[in-house]
Amino acid sequence: MSGPTRIGSGLFEQSSAPVRFRFDGRIYSGRAGDTLASALLANGVQVVGRSFKYHRRRGIVTAGPEEPCALVTLIGPSGREPNRPATTVPLTEGLVAESQNRWPSLRFDVLSIFGALSRFLPAGFYYKTFMWPSFAWERVYEPLIRRAAGLGRVQPSRSPPASSAVTQHAHTDVLVVGAGPAGLSAAYVLGSAGLRVIVADQDAILGGGSALDPDWHAWRSALLGLLAELPTVRVWARTTVIGAYGHGVYGALQTLPVGPTPAGSQPTEKLHVIRAASTVLATGCVERLIALPGNDLPGVMLAGAALRYLVGHGISAGHRTLLFTNNDDAYATAIEYARRGSPIEAIVDVREYSPAADRARGAGLTVYASAKVEAILGDRAVRAVRVRNREGERLTLTVDCVLLSGGHTPATALAAQLGAELRWSSSMAAFIPDLSPSIGQVAGSAHGVCGLAAAVQDGISAAQRIAETLQLGELATPDFPPMPPDAPRADLEPCWEITGKGKAFVDLQHDVTTADIRLARREGYEHVEHMKRYTTHGMATDQGRIGGLVGNAVLATARGIDITEIGQPKARPFLETVPFGALAGEESGDRFKPKRRLPLHDWHTQHGATFVNAGLWLRPLVYSADTSWNTVMAEARHVRREAGITDVSSLGKIEVAGSDAGAFLDFIYANRMSSLAMGRCRYGLMLREDGIVLDDGTVARLGKDHFLLTTTTVNATVVLEHLEFHRQTLYPQADVTITDVGDHWAQFAVAGPLSRAVLAEVVEELDLSNETFPFMAAAGARIAKTPGRVFRISFSGELAYEVAVPARHALSVWSKILELGEPLGLKPYGLDALNTLRIEKGHVTGAELNGQTSANDLGLGRLCKTVGDYIGATLARRPGLQGGQRLELVGLRPTDSEQRLRNGTHLLDSENPTASLGYVTSCTPATEQVGWVGLALLSAGHSRVGQRLLAASPMHNEAYDVEIVSPHHLDPDNIRVRA
Amino acid sequence: MLRILCPHCGVRDETEFRYRGDATTARPAADSGETAFARYVYDRANPKGWHAEWWIHVAGCRAVLRVVRHTVTHEIHSVTLPQAPFDIPVDAR
Repeated sequence: MSGPTRIGSGLFEQSSAPVRFRFDGRIYSGRAGDTLASALLANGVQVVGRSFKYHRRRGIVTAGPEEPCALVTLIGPSGREPNRPATTVPLTEGLVAESQNRWPSLRFDVLSIFGALSRFLPAGFYYKTFMWPSFAWERVYEPLIRRAAGLGRVQPSRSPPASSAVTQHAHTDVLVVGAGPAGLSAAYVLGSAGLRVIVADQDAILGGGSALDPDWHAWRSALLGLLAELPTVRVWARTTVIGAYGHGVYGALQTLPVGPTPAGSQPTEKLHVIRAASTVLATGCVERLIALPGNDLPGVMLAGAALRYLVGHGISAGHRTLLFTNNDDAYATAIEYARRGSPIEAIVDVREYSPAADRARGAGLTVYASAKVEAILGDRAVRAVRVRNREGERLTLTVDCVLLSGGHTPATALAAQLGAELRWSSSMAAFIPDLSPSIGQVAGSAHGVCGLAAAVQDGISAAQRIAETLQLGELATPDFPPMPPDAPRADLEPCWEITGKGKAFVDLQHDVTTADIRLARREGYEHVEHMKRYTTHGMATDQGRIGGLVGNAVLATARGIDITEIGQPKARPFLETVPFGALAGEESGDRFKPKRRLPLHDWHTQHGATFVNAGLWLRPLVYSADTSWNTVMAEARHVRREAGITDVSSLGKIEVAGSDAGAFLDFIYANRMSSLAMGRCRYGLMLREDGIVLDDGTVARLGKDHFLLTTTTVNATVVLEHLEFHRQTLYPQADVTITDVGDHWAQFAVAGPLSRAVLAEVVEELDLSNETFPFMAAAGARIAKTPGRVFRISFSGELAYEVAVPARHALSVWSKILELGEPLGLKPYGLDALNTLRIEKGHVTGAELNGQTSANDLGLGRLCKTVGDYIGATLARRPGLQGGQRLELVGLRPTDSEQRLRNGTHLLDSENPTASLGYVTSCTPATEQVGWVGLALLSAGHSRVGQRLLAASPMHNEAYDVEIVSPHHLDPDNIRVRA
Repeated sequence: MLRILCPHCGVRDETEFRYRGDATTARPAADSGETAFARYVYDRANPKGWHAEWWIHVAGCRAVLRVVRHTVTHEIHSVTLPQAPFDIPVDAR
């Protein structure tokens, strides 16, 4: 008999009823409370994956998220989820998992030949070898390497899966990260004083070290019970704080227990966004490995992980086990094995003396002091170890399991993100973080404190220091349950590497060996960040947590400097792998961004509209499921011949009022607004300070000190901000108020030769005749019995009006206009027809107001004031924006009326078609002529009217002649709009 | 994520605000000429340390705020309305 097995029951066990699961096609049985890793161990499964580069057999090394080897793909109803550490996957009935990075099977992996070739696969091998020929990289080498190396496969999904994650926001006074003795104690002190506390721990089992020490079980249960009674304390298990984002904002990912409902129908993960005034980082330590030949064989496990499998799950990691350590803490594992009646073979300690060794000997264990394990031997798994004892003799011991402990490294990643200073602790041989008190405190073993009772004290004092920073005075320390004293201890003796023949790994996930680290240095990559990238040491899902410092120590030795001088690679979010789905939460698919619906959205839907996104708005594109030019042109032509009505409620609408409003608008707009007569509208053009056009719209003067501005749909918020910024910073004393009324008013354009007759049916208290209500007039009126406003403005180029009514009356007014208008020939039209009409008229929209065009470019330069200051006045006059080869707005038509136009088609000189002179910005079939018309931005375009150019769209294999014309394809003299 | 203390609304996430650029510049007088305006529009210091910048509380009260922020630590020294006095600490951190 050999290998791991279950020898009893464990603390984390919820029931002994069997839980069936499938791994690589075979059915196994575990227990409720198992992780996938513990269940595999209980079934004697020792090889769970192949390594990244050499395809070596790998087993389970740890019992937590730091696991480098046991990565599996979970297969669930919503697809494959790769790269999950088996050590963090809770075992559930029917779970299906697969090993990774092996082909065709785990037992027989074709690519394990890489192991035999490993002499030829040093660090940087890919960089050096696949350099030539260059074309082959993309086509041959990369696909090959990607198949051979790499982690699990992501399954791209065409349809977004049912939401499996939710996002929740939390506010608290103190966030405590880690529920070990230090974290729990700090939370207890803070919570007893009435502070709001959130305790987050990555583990399902709370208590940290106290959960693994039988002498501490009573203390742990008592304290968890006390915390549960505190109303302001929330304790979240299975919740990993994945990043610190400054200003007290933290992200945490909580795995939710899977309930009885079918998988996929409820969230499995919750992303917490936590805002905390202060924090206690009681993040604990991660045990580290020792680099020595054979340290990656299945059967090698970290000592602390073995303790957890034993105490938590009743699993013995091996039949004949040896512990190799340089510190006292690892002895707890050996002593616990002995206490359970299955003592390990021997303990090999690099140190000469420690009280822990005495205790182990007292328990009947063999301890080799001042000794070391020179190599772990075996082919498919651990078979033996070669030990050199104090006297220098070599012993070969037959074992099937080696427990390693190279010491404990504080988990500093969160603290580092928060700007912590790191100091070297020689008693731990690791960096310890110190946080700025304004951010929080580090406590417990993460703070370099050894022993559980000492951690409790450190947690209490961290809580007091936080109270001091928050100016709460000294907190009363509540009564704690009795706790056992810490045993006397000795410091560790640093032991990074045992040199010898054979591969000694520092990064098991990426197959980085001590030789690779030294090679990196020899080749000039001696900075710790360069070494990391050259060798891939410390990358990917486990972030090298169990070997990172070991590799850095090897580098320091190779460079002949002290490890304290070598630094640490910068840790960034996230602390562990986070599924994209958990970050997206419910904001996927249709819910990716908000949708804004027009007041008439339902009416548009009921009348067959196809919608299009305009900014966040959903606007009716055409009233048909058929979005072809036929239906669009039918709508547009109907406007030209009779009358149409369209919903323009999404336009931005801003009221500017006050005695200084006219002067303020003169500053905002390039053209003058203070001279606008009451009851009149004017086209308005806004520039940015750099002289480029920002937006356009209309301004109506509703009263002496009361103006109404419209903006384009997509720029509504931009213009509002533009107005506010300049009012608040440059006109602070002015009598100007700015009110966003965009959502208050529904607005409809009624356009076409019959529009006056149609509106006469519904408009009261206003004579619409040309004499009393000419082009660009504005007035209040009753529209279908509803108080509103009428503007005689035209985007279509036809006789047209826009009517505005309070949004809540949109449906009744719109319906009444259509009811009375339809017999006269009124029909609704959508955004596509509206666009056709404006292109023919030569009005510009976003395609032409593209952030690069000036007023002159658009032929609007004559509007700009020549005296007085306004935004953009000075820089609009700079030489670079004047004439020359600038792209200017023109119209164009293909000379062949059968030829269609396309947006983005380039325009070239037919004689010398070597460089683009410009491009088509908007185009449409014409409503009244035959053929297509378009608008273009063309180099020196204004001077090219009348020229013929070549239009080319290589993507469509098209080239044809076009004639450059005025952008005003229709009614250039504005006869229709004034009719 | 920055948490900005809006004088009207209290502490809010930066996602409620829009960044509006350097608050150490001032718009030149109308007749200052192209060079002065070019400097106002384009020339920016990129300080490592304390810096004043405009943030507009677009999803709140719409106030324009001058935020004095440390560009390395993101610490916020002060948040003030445009006309309020402000200081930029001198700190070569």
